[in-house]
Amino acid sequence: MKETVFSAHGLTKVYTTGEVEVRALAGLDLDIWAGEVVVLLGPSGSGKSTLLNIMGGLDQATSGTLFFKDQELTKLDDRGLTAYRRRHVGFVFQFYNLLPSLTALENVALVTEIAVNPMTPSESLALVGLQDRMHHFPAQLSGGEQQRVAIARAIAKRPEVLLCDEPTGALDSKTGIKVIEALLSVNEQLGTTTVIITHNANIQGVADRVLFFADGQISKVQKNETRRPSAEVTW
Amino acid sequence: MSVLDLKLLRDLKRLWAQVLAIALVIAGGVATIILAVGSHHSLDETRIAYYERFGFADVFAQVRRAPNAVIPQIEQIPGVAAVEPRIAQLALLDIPDFREPATGQFISLPEKREQVLNRLFMREGRMPEPGNEQEVIVTEDFASAHGFTLGSRFAAILNGRKRELVIVGTALSPEFIFAVGPGDIMPDSRRFGVIWMPERALAAAYNLKDGFSSVSLKLMPGASEREVIQRLDDILERYGGRAAYGRKDQTSHAWLNHELDMLNNMSRTLPPIFLIVAAFLVNLTLGRLVALQREQVGLLKALGYANRVIAAHYVKFVLIIAVIGIVIGSAVGTWLGISVTKLFGSFFRFPFLLFSRDVSTYLIGAALSVAASVVGAARAVRDVVRLLPAVAMQAPAPPQFRHFLPASLSFDRVVSQSTVMMFRNISRHPFRTAFTTLGIAFATGILVVSLFTRDTMNVLIDVTYFLADRQDATVSFGERRSADVVYQIAHLPGVLAVESSREVPVRIRYGTVERRILLNGKPKDAELSRIIDVELHPVTLPQDGLAISDMLARILGVHVGDVVEIDLLEGQNRTVTVPIAATVEDYFGIRAMMDAKALSVLMRETPAVNSVHVSVDAKELDSFYDRIKAMPSISGLALQRVSLANFREAVALLVTMMAGIYAGLAAVIAFGVVYNNARISLSEHARDLASLRVLGFTRGEVLRILLLELALLTLIAQPPGWAIGYGLAWIMKAQLAGELMRVRLVVEHFTFAMSSVIVIAAALLSAVIVRSRVYALDLVSVLKTRD
Repeated sequence: MKETVFSAHGLTKVYTTGEVEVRALAGLDLDIWAGEVVVLLGPSGSGKSTLLNIMGGLDQATSGTLFFKDQELTKLDDRGLTAYRRRHVGFVFQFYNLLPSLTALENVALVTEIAVNPMTPSESLALVGLQDRMHHFPAQLSGGEQQRVAIARAIAKRPEVLLCDEPTGALDSKTGIKVIEALLSVNEQLGTTTVIITHNANIQGVADRVLFFADGQISKVQKNETRRPSAEVTW
Repeated sequence: MSVLDLKLLRDLKRLWAQVLAIALVIAGGVATIILAVGSHHSLDETRIAYYERFGFADVFAQVRRAPNAVIPQIEQIPGVAAVEPRIAQLALLDIPDFREPATGQFISLPEKREQVLNRLFMREGRMPEPGNEQEVIVTEDFASAHGFTLGSRFAAILNGRKRELVIVGTALSPEFIFAVGPGDIMPDSRRFGVIWMPERALAAAYNLKDGFSSVSLKLMPGASEREVIQRLDDILERYGGRAAYGRKDQTSHAWLNHELDMLNNMSRTLPPIFLIVAAFLVNLTLGRLVALQREQVGLLKALGYANRVIAAHYVKFVLIIAVIGIVIGSAVGTWLGISVTKLFGSFFRFPFLLFSRDVSTYLIGAALSVAASVVGAARAVRDVVRLLPAVAMQAPAPPQFRHFLPASLSFDRVVSQSTVMMFRNISRHPFRTAFTTLGIAFATGILVVSLFTRDTMNVLIDVTYFLADRQDATVSFGERRSADVVYQIAHLPGVLAVESSREVPVRIRYGTVERRILLNGKPKDAELSRIIDVELHPVTLPQDGLAISDMLARILGVHVGDVVEIDLLEGQNRTVTVPIAATVEDYFGIRAMMDAKALSVLMRETPAVNSVHVSVDAKELDSFYDRIKAMPSISGLALQRVSLANFREAVALLVTMMAGIYAGLAAVIAFGVVYNNARISLSEHARDLASLRVLGFTRGEVLRILLLELALLTLIAQPPGWAIGYGLAWIMKAQLAGELMRVRLVVEHFTFAMSSVIVIAAALLSAVIVRSRVYALDLVSVLKTRD
């Protein structure tokens, strides 16, 4: 029996701007299992990011329930969500959001300082292949390298889940592949449940499951019996 | 309205809190200008109007007794416009239910003619009936201090005879705006009053029929005061004339001048500080705003907007802030100016107050504020103009940071990453860091200078009342008395110790500089009224030579050993030369002292006294007072304890008011600087802070990272703030130093600490306000946008 990491039931998110109501999530049901690599695909506005944000404790649902293991995220307040992010979640965004005034190593140390059982910053950077660039400032690194620092920072606390919102969106294919490689190697070595949002349908082969989004719902689920190695991903 | 103007209004609305914070600092500058210049103008104009409407004289002289026959002679002195002869005598008063003896300055009212000079402003009642021996007019504050109304009665000992008097009117006089009793430092309306009574009655009491003992002159425009005084002295010499003097040496006028000078000085010291800080804040905020709107600027340029139009857009932004500041500052400054004018007005007893609405003050305030703002905006506007549209529309190059140490020497075991971030940010903005620190330091400095007056006044009180003049009371006589009177006083009930004092009016001269002062003869080992040197040690009077106020030494430009010329203005009116033997630390007036025996040799007289300092057993004060009231020769009794209480009261009023105003202004500066900096770092680091929140940092931790830098700068700013405060205090001290009063520069540790506490509290307040902004940070939207 696979352990369930996320379990959503009737998850709904409504944004109200002025008099317009937008249903970003329309009663979504979903289970995500431990160690899985899940890719979310779908057009803009289909609800992928909203789901990711709610799963990551960055946003709150309007109705429905979302469990992380046996903890009901939909009941947590800001303080609870902060603690949840701090202990369990690693984030990777399209824009790397590194602190420009800290070196690669220090950016990672930022997280290890507040984590319960972190790896050392240099271990974490080694996992993404950046052991030689540890003392560089973000401005001295390429886009792909910066994104790998972001990944190293996300995984340094040994999170149970790694949530990636278009991690390769700002990268060319060659560096994009390196980033995907880094994500997969973390998944293999640490067993971190990984959820990746992408517009790039070619990435879907590396996932265990691919969820297709439309109008705030999952319109199709595709299971891959075998994951393709990242090297075979084409742009 | 053009689209750019619409953008301007929306920007202002969006940034309202920062706009207000800068506007408040500008308002502080405008308010100080209007407050200081305005209250100075108001009081000055009030005084001029008062003097003019009520004929305040230009020259004053006292004589022992001069016949009215010399008046035509005085009228004929070239340059004299009007002459007002009168009888003026000091006398002890006996007031029902008031145990201490009070002193009355009795002045005659002419009966056959109108008063020409120093006319009364009647507050209540009427003039006394001519020839009536009981009816008097008294100064308003004296009446109210004793609860006297029209018809109230009290007694006076006129020339040794007790006389019952009845009040028929209360009045004010331009001559006694600041009315101090004999031997006193500050006005005490309970113990000193001016009493006007009909000429015949007063003349009868003092055997001055057809004569006068005081004369005031009005000069024609352009007349030489010096020459008139010389001629007047020549005429009055043989009637016991005691050297005429001009307004400069008239107590009331001199004190008023001193206070007005203080206000005037304030208007030169404070406003520049506010305007410098305001210019810096405008620079900081506008620079950041322009940096944030870089892409918009590029777009506007690409669309074809001229540099001039875009520059004008940002200058307009700054001008609107300046105008808000000017409006607030003008309103607050006007209000404070009126309050201060009223306070001084009630302290000085003006019959009316003219509030100066001098437009030029407001214009100067406005022009300086606009100039400071535009200067502050210059750099940001220049940057806008220089940007090429294509460059502007791209994101700025990522900032360059430096390692403090070789990378191998890792920091992270020593300090947290947030501390590293802070140090790198500080090193990246050295200019901003320096100015922020300076701004906060100014706030601390302004507080130090507002609070140091208390320390200084404490020292002044300590030295004056506890080190130097330790007597309980000083008995003064209307005339010079033989030294026997000292033994008489020594035998009064309760008297523990006595000490004689001889005062001779003199002109002291060194080279071309001369001053009219009292030369004070003291016993060699004076124990009650001692002489204190500049190191605050009591000194024994030298056998020969003068001990003079340090201030007088500086005015004359003399040092110990130099020989000065002295015109003795009493007795044989000789001119002698005397060496300077010591300089003395004192804070009120300028004076010279010498050994009593040496003085009587100089005067060629047998030992004489004008007043006696006494130490009295507190338990026997009542019987002491009773006996004093019964002694006809005594014209005044000064009480040290009462004098000290009055002084403390007057100082407390002034210090509390000034400290209140200054502390408020300093808090505005501290708040403005810290708040603007915090908001700017927030907008610069919003993305970083959001990242940290996503990584699991709590709101408190993120706030701490944001404010750590400002907390550090606030602390670093304190020592320079203390130095600035000390410097400002020194300037204040230098400006306060006058012939009438001066202070010793003392700043206690407590004052420094208190100033820092207030500034830190203001910084904390801005932190609390910024906190809500941090808490409202929208994590998702910040992170989804490109930097």
